[in-house]
Amino acid sequence: MNVVIVDYGAGNIKSIQFAFKRLGVDAVHSRNIEILKTADKIIFPGVGEASSAMTMLKESGLDQVIPELKQPVLGICLGMQLMCNYTEEGNTKGLEIFDVDVKRFKTGVKVPQMGWNTITDLKSDLFKNIKDLEFMYFVHSYYAAYCEAMIATANYEYLYASALKKDNFYGVQFHPEKSSVAGEQILKNFLEL
Amino acid sequence: MLTKRIIPCLDIKNGRTVKGVNFVELRDAGDPVELARRYAKFGADELVFLDISATIEGRKTMRNMVANIAQHINIPFTVGGGISSIADVDDLLHCGADKVSINSSAIKRPDLINELSDKFGNQCVVIAIDAKQIEGEWTVHLAGGTIPTQMNLFDWAEEVEGRGAGEILFTSMNNDGTKTGFANDALAKLSETLNIPIIASGGAGNAQHFIDVFKEGKADAAIAASVFHFGEIEILDLKKELKNNNIEVRF
Repeated sequence: MNVVIVDYGAGNIKSIQFAFKRLGVDAVHSRNIEILKTADKIIFPGVGEASSAMTMLKESGLDQVIPELKQPVLGICLGMQLMCNYTEEGNTKGLEIFDVDVKRFKTGVKVPQMGWNTITDLKSDLFKNIKDLEFMYFVHSYYAAYCEAMIATANYEYLYASALKKDNFYGVQFHPEKSSVAGEQILKNFLEL
Repeated sequence: MLTKRIIPCLDIKNGRTVKGVNFVELRDAGDPVELARRYAKFGADELVFLDISATIEGRKTMRNMVANIAQHINIPFTVGGGISSIADVDDLLHCGADKVSINSSAIKRPDLINELSDKFGNQCVVIAIDAKQIEGEWTVHLAGGTIPTQMNLFDWAEEVEGRGAGEILFTSMNNDGTKTGFANDALAKLSETLNIPIIASGGAGNAQHFIDVFKEGKADAAIAASVFHFGEIEILDLKKELKNNNIEVRF
Protein backbone atom coordinates (compact mmCIF):
# COMPACT_ATOMS: atom_id res chain seq x y z
CA MET A 1 0.00 0.00 0.00
CA ASN A 2 1.45 3.28 -1.19
CA VAL A 3 0.19 6.05 1.13
CA VAL A 4 1.39 9.60 0.52
CA ILE A 5 0.88 12.52 2.91
CA VAL A 6 0.67 15.85 1.08
CA ASP A 7 3.58 17.92 2.36
CA TYR A 8 2.97 21.63 1.84
CA GLY A 9 4.50 22.93 5.05
CA ALA A 10 1.32 22.98 7.15
CA GLY A 11 0.57 19.89 9.09
CA ASN A 12 1.33 17.43 11.81
CA ILE A 13 2.89 15.03 9.35
CA LYS A 14 4.84 13.16 12.03
CA SER A 15 1.79 12.18 14.07
CA ILE A 16 0.06 10.86 10.96
CA GLN A 17 3.15 8.94 9.85
CA PHE A 18 3.48 7.37 13.29
CA ALA A 19 -0.21 6.41 13.28
CA PHE A 20 0.16 4.59 9.94
CA LYS A 21 3.37 3.00 11.16
CA ARG A 22 1.38 1.51 14.05
CA LEU A 23 -0.87 -0.01 11.37
CA GLY A 24 2.17 -1.43 9.61
CA VAL A 25 2.18 1.08 6.73
CA ASP A 26 5.10 3.35 5.86
CA ALA A 27 3.44 6.56 4.72
CA VAL A 28 5.77 8.91 2.86
CA HIS A 29 5.35 12.65 2.53
CA SER A 30 5.75 14.49 -0.71
CA ARG A 31 4.73 17.51 -2.75
CA ASN A 32 5.88 15.92 -6.01
CA ILE A 33 2.97 15.85 -8.42
CA GLU A 34 3.92 12.50 -10.02
CA ILE A 35 4.32 10.82 -6.64
CA LEU A 36 0.94 12.14 -5.53
CA LYS A 37 -0.78 11.05 -8.75
CA THR A 38 0.51 7.50 -8.53
CA ALA A 39 -0.21 6.95 -4.82
CA ASP A 40 -2.84 4.42 -3.72
CA LYS A 41 -4.10 6.69 -0.98
CA ILE A 42 -3.55 10.38 -0.19
CA ILE A 43 -3.69 12.10 3.19
CA PHE A 44 -4.19 15.86 3.13
CA PRO A 45 -3.30 17.17 6.59
CA GLY A 46 -3.41 20.65 7.99
CA VAL A 47 -2.74 22.51 11.20
CA GLY A 48 -2.50 26.27 11.59
CA GLU A 49 -4.17 29.14 9.84
CA ALA A 50 -6.29 28.69 6.68
CA SER A 51 -5.18 31.61 4.51
CA SER A 52 -1.45 30.97 5.00
CA ALA A 53 -1.99 27.25 4.39
CA MET A 54 -3.82 28.08 1.15
CA THR A 55 -0.97 30.39 0.11
CA MET A 56 1.48 27.51 0.59
CA LEU A 57 -0.76 25.23 -1.46
CA LYS A 58 -0.87 27.75 -4.29
CA GLU A 59 2.88 28.34 -4.22
CA SER A 60 3.48 24.64 -4.78
CA GLY A 61 0.71 24.37 -7.40
CA LEU A 62 -1.01 21.74 -5.24
CA ASP A 63 -4.26 23.72 -5.24
CA GLN A 64 -4.64 22.62 -8.88
CA VAL A 65 -3.45 19.05 -8.36
CA ILE A 66 -5.51 17.97 -5.34
CA PRO A 67 -9.02 18.45 -6.82
CA GLU A 68 -7.96 16.37 -9.86
CA LEU A 69 -6.80 13.34 -7.86
CA LYS A 70 -8.61 10.09 -8.63
CA GLN A 71 -7.63 7.85 -5.72
CA PRO A 72 -9.17 8.11 -2.21
CA VAL A 73 -8.06 11.36 -0.52
CA LEU A 74 -8.57 12.00 3.20
CA GLY A 75 -8.44 15.59 4.46
CA ILE A 76 -7.83 15.93 8.18
CA CYS A 77 -8.85 18.97 10.28
CA LEU A 78 -7.70 22.10 8.41
CA GLY A 79 -7.09 19.84 5.40
CA MET A 80 -10.82 19.05 5.33
CA GLN A 81 -11.72 22.72 5.78
CA LEU A 82 -9.50 23.75 2.84
CA MET A 83 -11.40 21.25 0.65
CA CYS A 84 -14.60 23.24 1.24
CA ASN A 85 -15.85 26.25 -0.81
CA TYR A 86 -14.81 28.97 1.56
CA THR A 87 -13.66 29.50 5.15
CA GLU A 88 -14.21 32.54 7.33
CA GLU A 89 -10.68 32.05 8.69
CA GLY A 90 -8.59 34.67 6.91
CA ASN A 91 -11.48 35.11 4.43
CA THR A 92 -10.11 32.21 2.37
CA LYS A 93 -11.43 30.65 -0.83
CA GLY A 94 -11.08 26.86 -0.64
CA LEU A 95 -10.52 24.05 -3.13
CA GLU A 96 -14.31 23.80 -3.71
CA ILE A 97 -14.46 20.01 -3.47
CA PHE A 98 -17.12 19.96 -0.75
CA ASP A 99 -20.02 22.30 -1.44
CA VAL A 100 -20.13 23.92 2.00
CA ASP A 101 -18.72 26.94 3.84
CA VAL A 102 -16.62 26.88 7.00
CA LYS A 103 -17.57 29.24 9.83
CA ARG A 104 -16.24 30.20 13.23
CA PHE A 105 -17.85 29.01 16.45
CA LYS A 106 -19.52 32.01 18.02
CA THR A 107 -19.58 33.01 21.66
CA GLY A 108 -21.71 30.36 23.34
CA VAL A 109 -18.81 27.94 23.78
CA LYS A 110 -15.09 27.83 24.50
CA VAL A 111 -13.03 28.29 21.33
CA PRO A 112 -11.11 26.26 20.23
CA GLN A 113 -13.21 23.19 20.83
CA MET A 114 -10.51 21.06 22.41
CA GLY A 115 -10.94 17.45 23.43
CA TRP A 116 -13.09 14.38 22.95
CA ASN A 117 -16.52 14.67 21.38
CA THR A 118 -18.87 12.08 19.89
CA ILE A 119 -19.57 11.53 16.20
CA THR A 120 -22.97 10.36 15.01
CA ASP A 121 -25.13 9.90 11.84
CA LEU A 122 -22.30 7.78 10.40
CA LYS A 123 -22.86 7.20 6.70
CA SER A 124 -19.80 5.78 4.96
CA ASP A 125 -17.49 2.77 4.78
CA LEU A 126 -14.95 5.08 6.38
CA PHE A 127 -16.84 4.34 9.61
CA LYS A 128 -17.04 0.56 9.24
CA ASN A 129 -16.93 -1.06 12.71
CA ILE A 130 -17.22 2.35 14.37
CA LYS A 131 -20.13 2.55 16.77
CA ASP A 132 -22.57 5.42 16.81
CA LEU A 133 -21.52 8.11 19.31
CA GLU A 134 -17.88 7.00 19.30
CA PHE A 135 -15.43 9.53 20.80
CA MET A 136 -12.95 11.36 18.59
CA TYR A 137 -10.32 13.98 19.43
CA PHE A 138 -11.17 17.45 18.09
CA VAL A 139 -9.15 20.67 18.07
CA HIS A 140 -10.71 23.46 16.02
CA SER A 141 -12.21 26.94 16.06
CA TYR A 142 -14.01 26.69 12.70
CA TYR A 143 -16.53 24.13 11.49
CA ALA A 144 -18.15 22.97 8.25
CA ALA A 145 -21.88 23.68 8.37
CA TYR A 146 -24.60 21.02 8.19
CA CYS A 147 -24.77 20.06 4.51
CA GLU A 148 -25.48 17.40 1.91
CA ALA A 149 -21.90 16.07 1.71
CA MET A 150 -22.00 15.16 5.41
CA ILE A 151 -21.17 11.56 6.39
CA ALA A 152 -21.00 12.26 10.15
CA THR A 153 -22.08 15.02 12.50
CA ALA A 154 -20.93 16.32 15.86
CA ASN A 155 -22.50 18.74 18.28
CA TYR A 156 -20.73 21.81 19.70
CA GLU A 157 -22.83 24.93 19.91
CA TYR A 158 -24.45 23.66 16.70
CA LEU A 159 -24.90 20.35 14.97
CA TYR A 160 -22.22 20.48 12.29
CA ALA A 161 -20.43 18.24 9.78
CA SER A 162 -17.68 16.23 11.50
CA ALA A 163 -16.96 14.33 8.27
CA LEU A 164 -17.61 14.96 4.57
CA LYS A 165 -17.50 12.92 1.38
CA LYS A 166 -17.74 13.60 -2.32
CA ASP A 167 -16.75 10.93 -4.85
CA ASN A 168 -13.18 9.86 -3.94
CA PHE A 169 -12.71 12.74 -1.48
CA TYR A 170 -13.18 12.33 2.26
CA GLY A 171 -12.69 14.82 5.05
CA VAL A 172 -12.74 14.50 8.84
CA GLN A 173 -12.73 17.42 11.25
CA PHE A 174 -11.32 15.34 14.13
CA HIS A 175 -7.85 13.79 14.36
CA PRO A 176 -8.09 10.02 13.76
CA GLU A 177 -4.32 9.77 14.31
CA LYS A 178 -4.86 10.96 17.90
CA SER A 179 -8.19 9.29 18.60
CA SER A 180 -7.03 6.09 20.25
CA VAL A 181 -8.23 2.69 18.99
CA ALA A 182 -11.33 4.03 17.21
CA GLY A 183 -9.22 6.56 15.31
CA GLU A 184 -6.90 3.77 14.19
CA GLN A 185 -9.92 1.83 12.93
CA ILE A 186 -10.93 4.81 10.76
CA LEU A 187 -7.43 5.04 9.26
CA LYS A 188 -7.55 1.30 8.64
CA ASN A 189 -10.94 1.66 6.95
CA PHE A 190 -9.52 4.41 4.76
CA LEU A 191 -6.71 2.11 3.66
CA GLU A 192 -9.32 -0.49 2.69
CA LEU A 193 -11.49 1.86 0.61
CA MET B 1 -21.10 16.46 23.63
CA LEU B 2 -17.57 17.63 24.41
CA THR B 3 -16.33 15.76 27.47
CA LYS B 4 -14.25 16.84 30.45
CA ARG B 5 -10.65 15.65 30.19
CA ILE B 6 -8.59 13.73 32.74
CA ILE B 7 -4.86 14.28 32.28
CA PRO B 8 -2.05 12.53 34.16
CA CYS B 9 1.14 14.59 34.39
CA LEU B 10 4.57 12.95 34.34
CA ASP B 11 7.70 14.69 35.58
CA ILE B 12 10.68 13.75 33.44
CA LYS B 13 14.35 14.11 34.25
CA ASN B 14 16.97 13.02 31.73
CA GLY B 15 14.40 10.92 29.91
CA ARG B 16 13.10 9.10 32.99
CA THR B 17 9.97 9.55 35.07
CA VAL B 18 10.75 10.90 38.51
CA LYS B 19 8.79 11.72 41.66
CA GLY B 20 7.92 8.09 42.19
CA VAL B 21 5.55 5.92 40.28
CA ASN B 22 4.15 2.75 41.70
CA PHE B 23 2.68 0.29 39.23
CA VAL B 24 3.33 -3.34 39.91
CA GLU B 25 2.49 -4.55 36.44
CA LEU B 26 4.97 -2.29 34.69
CA ARG B 27 8.26 -3.76 33.61
CA ASP B 28 9.90 -0.42 34.22
CA ALA B 29 8.01 2.26 36.10
CA GLY B 30 10.62 4.85 35.25
CA ASP B 31 10.14 4.55 31.50
CA PRO B 32 7.81 7.36 30.39
CA VAL B 33 6.70 5.43 27.30
CA GLU B 34 5.59 2.42 29.36
CA LEU B 35 3.69 4.71 31.70
CA ALA B 36 2.15 6.70 28.89
CA ARG B 37 1.04 3.49 27.25
CA ARG B 38 -0.61 2.32 30.45
CA TYR B 39 -2.41 5.62 30.97
CA ALA B 40 -3.56 5.75 27.34
CA LYS B 41 -4.94 2.23 27.66
CA PHE B 42 -6.74 2.89 30.93
CA GLY B 43 -8.73 5.99 30.17
CA ALA B 44 -6.44 9.04 30.14
CA ASP B 45 -7.72 11.64 27.66
CA GLU B 46 -4.37 13.36 27.18
CA LEU B 47 -0.94 13.32 28.78
CA VAL B 48 1.44 16.03 29.97
CA PHE B 49 5.20 15.50 30.18
CA LEU B 50 7.07 18.05 32.21
CA ASP B 51 10.80 18.17 31.57
CA ILE B 52 12.68 19.08 34.72
CA SER B 53 16.13 18.30 33.30
CA ALA B 54 18.52 21.14 33.87
CA THR B 55 21.25 20.00 31.48
CA ILE B 56 21.71 20.33 27.73
CA GLU B 57 22.17 16.56 27.63
CA GLY B 58 18.83 16.16 29.39
CA ARG B 59 17.15 18.33 26.75
CA LYS B 60 18.51 16.17 23.94
CA THR B 61 17.27 13.06 25.69
CA MET B 62 13.89 14.77 25.97
CA ARG B 63 13.65 15.16 22.21
CA ASN B 64 14.34 11.47 21.68
CA MET B 65 11.81 10.64 24.35
CA VAL B 66 9.12 12.79 22.72
CA ALA B 67 9.70 11.00 19.41
CA ASN B 68 9.47 7.68 21.20
CA ILE B 69 6.19 8.62 22.91
CA ALA B 70 4.72 9.93 19.65
CA GLN B 71 5.51 6.62 17.95
CA HIS B 72 3.76 4.52 20.54
CA ILE B 73 0.93 6.61 21.97
CA ASN B 74 -2.35 7.19 20.15
CA ILE B 75 -3.74 10.06 22.26
CA PRO B 76 -2.61 13.71 22.34
CA PHE B 77 0.22 14.87 24.57
CA THR B 78 1.73 18.13 25.75
CA VAL B 79 5.39 18.75 26.53
CA GLY B 80 6.52 21.47 28.92
CA GLY B 81 9.55 22.67 30.83
CA GLY B 82 12.31 25.04 29.77
CA ILE B 83 10.82 25.88 26.37
CA SER B 84 11.80 29.43 25.48
CA SER B 85 11.99 29.90 21.71
CA ILE B 86 10.29 29.21 18.40
CA ALA B 87 13.15 26.83 17.60
CA ASP B 88 12.47 24.81 20.78
CA VAL B 89 8.81 24.46 19.85
CA ASP B 90 9.55 23.65 16.22
CA ASP B 91 11.87 20.92 17.43
CA LEU B 92 9.38 19.32 19.80
CA LEU B 93 6.48 19.47 17.32
CA HIS B 94 8.72 17.87 14.71
CA CYS B 95 9.45 15.07 17.15
CA GLY B 96 5.69 14.47 17.35
CA ALA B 97 4.46 16.51 20.35
CA ASP B 98 0.93 17.84 19.88
CA LYS B 99 1.16 20.84 22.18
CA VAL B 100 3.77 22.69 24.19
CA SER B 101 3.31 24.25 27.58
CA ILE B 102 5.08 27.57 28.20
CA ASN B 103 5.40 29.24 31.58
CA SER B 104 8.33 31.46 32.66
CA SER B 105 9.49 32.34 29.16
CA ALA B 106 6.03 33.74 28.34
CA ILE B 107 6.23 35.98 31.40
CA LYS B 108 9.73 37.14 30.51
CA ARG B 109 8.79 37.82 26.90
CA PRO B 110 5.01 37.83 26.29
CA ASP B 111 5.46 38.38 22.52
CA LEU B 112 6.60 34.76 22.38
CA ILE B 113 2.94 33.74 22.77
CA ASN B 114 1.91 35.76 19.70
CA GLU B 115 4.83 34.41 17.69
CA LEU B 116 4.09 30.78 18.57
CA SER B 117 0.39 31.15 17.95
CA ASP B 118 0.98 32.77 14.55
CA LYS B 119 3.51 30.19 13.47
CA PHE B 120 2.04 26.96 14.82
CA GLY B 121 -1.61 27.81 15.52
CA ASN B 122 -3.14 28.48 18.93
CA GLN B 123 -4.21 24.85 19.34
CA CYS B 124 -0.68 23.84 20.32
CA VAL B 125 0.09 26.75 22.67
CA VAL B 126 -0.73 25.95 26.29
CA ILE B 127 0.19 28.72 28.73
CA ALA B 128 0.94 27.36 32.20
CA ILE B 129 0.43 29.76 35.10
CA ASP B 130 1.60 29.08 38.65
CA ALA B 131 -0.12 31.39 41.09
CA LYS B 132 -0.38 31.75 44.84
CA GLN B 133 -3.12 33.45 46.80
CA ILE B 134 -1.54 35.86 49.27
CA GLU B 135 -3.90 37.97 51.39
CA GLY B 136 -6.72 37.39 48.93
CA GLU B 137 -4.66 38.34 45.88
CA TRP B 138 -3.67 35.70 43.30
CA THR B 139 -0.04 36.44 42.36
CA VAL B 140 1.71 34.83 39.41
CA HIS B 141 5.02 33.11 40.18
CA LEU B 142 8.02 32.37 37.95
CA ALA B 143 10.50 29.54 37.66
CA GLY B 144 8.47 26.64 39.02
CA GLY B 145 6.81 28.84 41.64
CA THR B 146 10.04 30.05 43.23
CA ILE B 147 9.93 33.73 42.23
CA PRO B 148 6.89 35.97 42.81
CA THR B 149 6.01 38.55 40.15
CA GLN B 150 3.93 41.72 40.34
CA MET B 151 1.29 40.16 38.12
CA ASN B 152 -2.25 39.24 39.03
CA LEU B 153 -3.46 35.81 37.85
CA PHE B 154 -6.62 37.07 36.15
CA ASP B 155 -4.91 39.98 34.38
CA TRP B 156 -2.17 37.72 33.07
CA ALA B 157 -4.65 35.04 32.00
CA GLU B 158 -6.63 37.61 30.04
CA GLU B 159 -3.47 38.88 28.41
CA VAL B 160 -2.28 35.44 27.30
CA GLU B 161 -5.71 34.71 25.80
CA GLY B 162 -5.50 37.96 23.86
CA ARG B 163 -2.03 37.04 22.63
CA GLY B 164 -3.19 33.74 21.19
CA ALA B 165 -2.93 31.05 23.87
CA GLY B 166 -5.08 28.04 23.01
CA GLU B 167 -5.49 26.85 26.61
CA ILE B 168 -4.51 27.87 30.12
CA LEU B 169 -3.07 25.40 32.60
CA PHE B 170 -3.53 26.97 36.01
CA THR B 171 -1.72 25.52 39.01
CA SER B 172 -2.70 26.81 42.42
CA MET B 173 0.44 26.77 44.55
CA ASN B 174 -1.74 26.93 47.66
CA ASN B 175 -3.41 23.66 46.71
CA ASP B 176 -0.59 21.81 44.96
CA GLY B 177 0.54 18.74 46.87
CA THR B 178 -2.10 19.16 49.59
CA LYS B 179 -4.62 16.63 48.26
CA THR B 180 -7.39 18.83 49.65
CA GLY B 181 -9.04 19.74 46.35
CA PHE B 182 -8.54 22.24 43.53
CA ALA B 183 -8.74 26.04 43.77
CA ASN B 184 -12.32 26.09 42.50
CA ASP B 185 -13.15 29.76 43.10
CA ALA B 186 -10.20 31.01 41.08
CA LEU B 187 -10.81 28.36 38.40
CA ALA B 188 -14.48 29.31 38.03
CA LYS B 189 -13.51 32.96 37.70
CA LEU B 190 -10.98 32.10 34.99
CA SER B 191 -13.45 29.92 33.16
CA GLU B 192 -16.17 32.56 33.24
CA THR B 193 -13.94 35.44 32.21
CA LEU B 194 -12.06 33.68 29.43
CA ASN B 195 -13.23 32.00 26.26
CA ILE B 196 -10.45 29.38 25.95
CA PRO B 197 -10.33 26.03 27.79
CA ILE B 198 -8.99 25.99 31.36
CA ILE B 199 -6.97 23.05 32.69
CA ALA B 200 -7.00 22.77 36.48
CA SER B 201 -3.94 21.61 38.38
CA GLY B 202 -2.97 21.27 42.03
CA GLY B 203 -4.81 19.65 44.89
CA ALA B 204 -6.37 16.42 43.59
CA GLY B 205 -6.75 13.90 46.41
CA ASN B 206 -9.94 11.97 45.72
CA ALA B 207 -12.79 11.55 43.21
CA GLN B 208 -14.95 14.19 44.89
CA HIS B 209 -12.25 16.77 44.16
CA PHE B 210 -12.61 16.04 40.44
CA ILE B 211 -16.42 16.29 40.66
CA ASP B 212 -15.99 19.66 42.38
CA VAL B 213 -13.41 20.99 39.94
CA PHE B 214 -15.75 20.38 37.02
CA LYS B 215 -18.98 21.48 38.73
CA GLU B 216 -17.80 24.34 40.94
CA GLY B 217 -14.49 25.15 39.27
CA LYS B 218 -16.04 24.90 35.79
CA ALA B 219 -12.74 23.53 34.50
CA ASP B 220 -12.52 21.92 31.07
CA ALA B 221 -9.82 19.46 32.09
CA ALA B 222 -8.07 18.38 35.29
CA ILE B 223 -4.48 17.34 35.82
CA ALA B 224 -3.08 15.20 38.58
CA ALA B 225 0.15 13.33 39.21
CA SER B 226 0.66 11.37 42.40
CA VAL B 227 -2.92 10.11 42.89
CA PHE B 228 -2.63 8.45 39.49
CA HIS B 229 1.01 7.38 39.74
CA PHE B 230 0.49 5.65 43.06
CA GLY B 231 -2.74 4.01 41.95
CA GLU B 232 -4.76 5.85 44.61
CA ILE B 233 -7.23 6.75 41.88
CA GLU B 234 -7.79 4.58 38.82
CA ILE B 235 -8.84 6.78 35.93
CA LEU B 236 -11.61 4.44 34.74
CA ASP B 237 -13.12 4.29 38.25
CA LEU B 238 -12.87 8.05 38.50
CA LYS B 239 -14.68 8.45 35.20
CA LYS B 240 -17.50 6.16 36.35
CA GLU B 241 -17.86 8.33 39.42
CA LEU B 242 -17.93 11.48 37.29
CA LYS B 243 -20.50 9.95 34.98
CA ASN B 244 -22.69 9.05 37.98
CA ASN B 245 -22.55 12.71 38.89
CA ASN B 246 -23.76 13.77 35.44
CA ILE B 247 -20.36 14.95 34.25
CA GLU B 248 -19.72 13.99 30.63
CA VAL B 249 -16.57 11.90 30.20
CA ARG B 250 -15.16 9.66 27.52
CA PHE B 251 -14.92 5.90 27.92
